[in-house]
Amino acid sequence: MAERKQDRNRVLVVIPAYNEEKTLGHLTREIARVYPRLDILVVDDGSNVPPPLPDGIAVVRHPFNLGDGAARQTGFLYALRRGYEFVIHLDADRQHTPREIPVFLDALEGTGADLVVGSRFIGSCTYRVPAARRLGMMIFGLTCSVFTGKRITDPTNGFRGMNRKTLRLYTRGFYPQHFPDADVIISSHYGGLRIVEVPVTVGPTRSVNLHRGWKILYYIYKMFLSTFVAILGRREKPAKEPGGAP
Amino acid sequence: MPLKQQLIAIAVAAGLLAFIIEAVRRRKLREEYAWLWLLVGAVIGLLSLWQDLLGTITRFLGIQLPVNTVFFFGIAFIVFINLHFTIKISRLTDQVKRLTQELALLDERVGRETRDGDGET
Repeated sequence: MAERKQDRNRVLVVIPAYNEEKTLGHLTREIARVYPRLDILVVDDGSNVPPPLPDGIAVVRHPFNLGDGAARQTGFLYALRRGYEFVIHLDADRQHTPREIPVFLDALEGTGADLVVGSRFIGSCTYRVPAARRLGMMIFGLTCSVFTGKRITDPTNGFRGMNRKTLRLYTRGFYPQHFPDADVIISSHYGGLRIVEVPVTVGPTRSVNLHRGWKILYYIYKMFLSTFVAILGRREKPAKEPGGAP
Repeated sequence: MPLKQQLIAIAVAAGLLAFIIEAVRRRKLREEYAWLWLLVGAVIGLLSLWQDLLGTITRFLGIQLPVNTVFFFGIAFIVFINLHFTIKISRLTDQVKRLTQELALLDERVGRETRDGDGET
């Protein structure tokens, strides 16, 4: 898909990363090569070793690990304060395909959506998702669909796009510090955001950070509780932009 | 309650109250947390001075032994104070998260502006 001239200084690609130095260089180079007009921000969430990155890529580094949700949120704050209109975030482990970034931009501009969520289930998944995980995704997807009134098939996908209205909502503090998945979609719906799902390709994860051992149990517990709380209808209204920095 | 036990209870209450007030005075304990411990000291003091109170509460609640009333309220207090602390810790965690994010953003900004400044000179 062709890059659009008007994207310069308007679109920020946010890549949260924690100890992903093996894939991050390649990923950022690929995005910069295919879409030289897109600005890229890496939020290094306290990696043991600061990842080597090509020139021209902005890096915000947390002094210690805060969590994937917090890292994304730092990117949202950065984008909001620097005046970007759209943010696309994707995972650092090269599960997502940078060439699909325009799909998100087209959906944001073409359909007037506030939040665009990538889905491997209406798109394609190049690896076999383990049955238990697939079941979990289905349950959370179904929950999202019931409460948002829209078909949501892949609420755990970290490939998403959003506009400033969504950024404002997500920087007010309710954005979860860890695992921002199904609960975020439901809260976004209650916050008055228009949500659209688009097909994306998802490859196997090279990351070892998540979905292993006890973390998966914690994930399930956390997601059920936070989704339930989101359903209880804590309606969030978009607030004024956080001040402080330009 | 024998006089000896009563004196010990009064001493404990007085000691606790004195310790808390001194901690607040030295700014080692914030007023917002001190009230809980002042309440504990006051209750121990009240129960040791007014001995029939414990018996009355015990009978009112249908508990067989006064000591169980003390245990019941003691455990309830510990549960309550732990809940109170986890709520406080949750809030502190959110604040630390936000401060860390702001620090990281500021650090990036300073680095960028320093580089831009160097480029101009």
